[in-house]
Amino acid sequence: MSIADILFYCLALLTVGSAAWVAFSRNIVHSAFALLGTFFGVAGLYVFLSADFLAVVQALVYVGGILVLILFAVMLTGRIGDVQVTNRSAGLVPGLLLLVMMVALLAGLAVNTPWPVSVPGPASPTTAAMGDALLSEYVLPFEVISVLLIAALIGAVTLVRKEEDR
Amino acid sequence: MTVGLVHYLVVAAALFSLGLFTVLTRRNAVAILMGVELILNAANVNFAAFSRFTAQNVGGQVMALFGIVLAAAEACVALAIVLAVFRTFRSVDVNDTDKLRG
Repeated sequence: MSIADILFYCLALLTVGSAAWVAFSRNIVHSAFALLGTFFGVAGLYVFLSADFLAVVQALVYVGGILVLILFAVMLTGRIGDVQVTNRSAGLVPGLLLLVMMVALLAGLAVNTPWPVSVPGPASPTTAAMGDALLSEYVLPFEVISVLLIAALIGAVTLVRKEEDR
Repeated sequence: MTVGLVHYLVVAAALFSLGLFTVLTRRNAVAILMGVELILNAANVNFAAFSRFTAQNVGGQVMALFGIVLAAAEACVALAIVLAVFRTFRSVDVNDTDKLRG
């Protein structure tokens, strides 16, 4: 087993272990911080998939943006009086059953399907190719998603605005 | 055994299942959002893995990028809704928000 394989297994363990902590922790602040490990682990997996631009975007958007938003929401919506910000789970046994069945189903599907795999070339930067693709082949989805993003941001501002001036 | 497509698919399957478990068992709306983020991450890993091992072009990576943008849009709207719900109900427990129940 090469060094790269060992590194991959470490990253996979970090990703799945943190995700399990998110899922099973009783304290929502612990869940939020465990999400950090998952996001960085997925960024590392992107590096292994020679998706360098995606890895950087993952670190910037997820860790720098979404995680901070989630932490803000946790802090703003927890009652200050509660020492333990509980994150109570409901239906643990059916949930666990579904978790096991889902992993078995999806992993079995991934192993047993004859994917048309071709041996990938050596890992090389793809940022330039992605830039080309975004402005030629994928220019319509690119524009649509920018409209969606501005609509979502305006919608979020409208939702949290206090309605005093009416 | 060298790391191939199946390894990434199994990691993504575990991420997706843990996300689904989080969505189904939590009562805190913010924790449910964390589960949704896990599910979206699993989908993005699948896109990038298939892009490297089967398609051999950047199409999958572009789709994963769109997935990240969608996750960001989803997170900001959903957290705005959570804050509005908290202002109305003084709680983010999804079982308490039953004002519209018939």
